[in-house]
Amino acid sequence: MTGRAMKTDKNDRRPNLAVEIAGIRMKNPVMPASGTFGYGEEYAPYLDLEQIGAIVTKGLSLNPKAGNPTPRIAETVSGMLNAIGLQNVGVDAFIQYKLPFLREINTPVIVNFFGNTLEEYGEVARRLADIPEVAGLELNISCPNVKQGGIVFGTDPKAASEVVGLVRKHSKKPLIVKLTPNVTDITVVARAVEAAGADAICCINTLTGMAVDVKTRKPRLANKTGGLSGPAIRPVAVRMVHQVVQAVKIPVIGVGGIVCAMDALEFLIVGATAVQVGTANFVDPRAMPNIIEGIETFCIEEGISDIRELIGSIQL
Amino acid sequence: MRNYKTVILSNQEISSGYYRMRILVPEIGKVARPGHFVMFRVQTSLPPLLRRPFGIFRTGFLPADCDGQPAKEYLEILYKVVGQGTTIMSGLHEGDRVEVLGPLGRGFDMGTSNTEKILVGGGIGLVPLYMLARELIKTSKVRLLMGGRRRDDIIVVTEFERLGVETYVSTEDGSLGEEGLVTQVLERKLRKFPNADVYACGPMPMLEAVQRICATHKVPLQVSLEALMACGVGACLGCVVKGVGHTDQTPRYLCTCKEGPVFRAEQLDWRKMAQDDGYCEGCKS
Ligand SMILES: Cc1cc2nc3c(=O)[nH]c(=O)nc-3n(C[C@H](O)[C@H](O)[C@H](O)COP(=O)(O)OP(=O)(O)OC[C@H]3O[C@@H](n4cnc5c(N)ncnc54)[C@H](O)[C@@H]3O)c2cc1C
Ligand SMILES: Cc1cc2nc3c(=O)[nH]c(=O)nc-3n(C[C@H](O)[C@H](O)[C@H](O)COP(=O)(O)O)c2cc1C
Ligand code: FES
Repeated sequence: MTGRAMKTDKNDRRPNLAVEIAGIRMKNPVMPASGTFGYGEEYAPYLDLEQIGAIVTKGLSLNPKAGNPTPRIAETVSGMLNAIGLQNVGVDAFIQYKLPFLREINTPVIVNFFGNTLEEYGEVARRLADIPEVAGLELNISCPNVKQGGIVFGTDPKAASEVVGLVRKHSKKPLIVKLTPNVTDITVVARAVEAAGADAICCINTLTGMAVDVKTRKPRLANKTGGLSGPAIRPVAVRMVHQVVQAVKIPVIGVGGIVCAMDALEFLIVGATAVQVGTANFVDPRAMPNIIEGIETFCIEEGISDIRELIGSIQL
Repeated sequence: MRNYKTVILSNQEISSGYYRMRILVPEIGKVARPGHFVMFRVQTSLPPLLRRPFGIFRTGFLPADCDGQPAKEYLEILYKVVGQGTTIMSGLHEGDRVEVLGPLGRGFDMGTSNTEKILVGGGIGLVPLYMLARELIKTSKVRLLMGGRRRDDIIVVTEFERLGVETYVSTEDGSLGEEGLVTQVLERKLRKFPNADVYACGPMPMLEAVQRICATHKVPLQVSLEALMACGVGACLGCVVKGVGHTDQTPRYLCTCKEGPVFRAEQLDWRKMAQDDGYCEGCKS
C-alpha cells in the first residue's frame, strides 16, 4: 500500500458512505420517508434520484384509496400535522403506471405498503413478491390516520408479529417494518417484529396530535387528529431509535424531523444504519442531496473514512 | 420548475396591508405562464416551517444600465398580510435572501381568440389575472371586474388599464367605484356579452357565486383556487379539492398544486367544495 500515502487530492479522501440493509445496497444512508416523496417522479425535476441511497414510495394498499376529507394538513410550531388518510393509487396501478419510471433509475426502490386487514397486507406483499424492480418492502403497521389501518397492528405486539409473519410467508424480499411511536414502550413491538421475521426496523412514524382553531373552535384537521412530523419530533425520534437499537439485532432506519446533516448524524451516532427524510423535502426539495453532502463533509473533517465507523458510536 | 435561491429586489407596501415584492429570477419569463404560482421561503429563517404559495403577478425585465448593472429578470408577487409568514415577509428588504420554487401548477387555458374575455378578481385574487390579461389582450377584448370590501382592497387596477383592459371597480362599502358585489357587475356584463369567456380568482364565496352566474348564462369559466399546501409539487396530497361526481364511495379528489390551481368550473363539485369551506350560504339548505 505504498501508493496510499501519495493520494492527496480530495476525491481520494472521500469517505465511503455506502451501507447495506437487509441485502439492499445503498450508495449512502439517506432516503426519503414514505408519503413525502410521492412515487419519486414528483421530485425528479429538483434532484438527481441516483444520488440518494434509496427511493421509498407513498404507502400502497390493495385497492386505490381515497384518503380523508380536507383540511388535511395544519402547520404547527416546527412541525406539521397531516391526516392525508393514505390516499394512493393502489398496488396494481403502481406496478403498471409508476414503476416503469422508477425502473430507469439506478437506485433501489423500497415499496411502503399497508392493509386494512391481515389478508390485505398478505395480498399486497404477494403481488409485489416477484417484481424485480422492487428492492425491498417497508411494512407500515403504524399509520395513525386510518381507523382500521395501522394503529391496531402497530400498537399490539401480538397483532404486529402476526402481520409480519404473514407478509414474511408471502415474500422473500427484504422486509423493513415501520413502527409507530404511539406506544408506551417501543422496544416491546420492536422485539416482537424481529422475532416474527423482520429484516430491519424503521422508526418513527408520526406522533398523533391535534390542533384547534380558537375562533371557530373546530379542529384544524377534518379528521380531528393527525400525525405530527417535522423538527418538533426529532428528539423523540432520536430517543426511540436509540432504544430500539439497544433492543434488537437487526438494522434500524431512523426517521423523524431530519432537516440537515447534523440531524441525520444524531441518528447514525445512536445506531441507525440509515436515515429517512420526510417533511424537510416539502421545505426544500434539495434537502436530501444537501444532507448527503453535509455528512460527507463532516466525515472528512472528523477524519472518518467509512460511515460505518460512525454508526452506533454514541459515547454513553 | 426549479428552486431558485435568490434575492429580493424590492418589497413595498402598495395599499394598507398589501405588499408587492420583486424577486430576481433569471429566465423566469421563458417558463412562467398565466396562472402559475411559486412556493416562497425566507432563506434565513426556520419558522415558519412550510413554504407559502403565491401566484405570479408578473414577470419582467430590467435592461442593463450605463452604471454597469447587468440586465435582470424578475418576478413579482403581490401579497396580503394575513398571518405569521406574510408578516415576516412584509419586514423583508432589498438584498434579503429568499427561495422560490416554481413556476408550479397548471395555468389558464387561453380559450378561443377574438371572443370577449371577462376577468373577475376579488381582492388579492386579482394576482394571477394580470399575466392572463397581458396574454389575452393580444387577440381579444378584455374586461376586468374588480371587487373588494373597501377602497384599500382595490389594487393595481391602473396597471391593467395600461395594458388596454377596460376595468370596472366595485366595493361592498361603496368607498370606491360601484357599491355592491362584483357578481352584480358580472350579471350585467354577461347580459351584454353573452358569448364571453370568464376567468375568476378570489375568495370561495365569490367564486361560488361566479360559477352559478356563469352556469346560468352557459358561458365557459375557469377559476384559480387556493388550498392549504405543504409541498406544491404533488407529493403530499394535502391540497386536494373535490372533483365533480365525488362521493365517499367514488372519490374524485383533484390535486390543487398539480392539476390546478386553475380548473375549468365543470371539473369541480361546487356544492361539496363550498360546504368544506364552510362559507356558502346557498349550499347550506
Ligand atoms: C395557488 C395559490 C396562490 C396564492 N396566491 C396568493 C397571492 O398571489 N397573494 C396572496 O396574498 N396570497 C396568495 N395565496 C394565499 C397565501 O398562500 C396565504 O395567504 C399565505 O400562505 C398565508 O400565510 P401566513 O403564514 O401569513 O398565514 P397563516 O395563517 O399564519 O398560515 C398558516 C398556514 O396556513 C396556510 N394558509 C393560510 N391562508 C392560506 C390561503 N388563503 N391559501 C393557502 N394557504 C393558506 C399557510 O400557507 C400556512 O401553511 C395563494 C394561495 C395559493 C394556494
Ligand atoms: C404528508 C405525509 C404523508 C405521509 N404518508 C406516509 C405513508 O403513506 N406511509 C408511512 O409509512 N408514513 C407516512 N408518513 C410518515 C413519514 O414517512 C415519516 O415517518 C414522518 O413524517 C416523520 O418524519 P419527518 O419528521 O422527517 O417528516 C407521512 C408523513 C407526512 C408528513
Ligand atoms: S401541496 Fe403537496 S400535493 Fe399539492
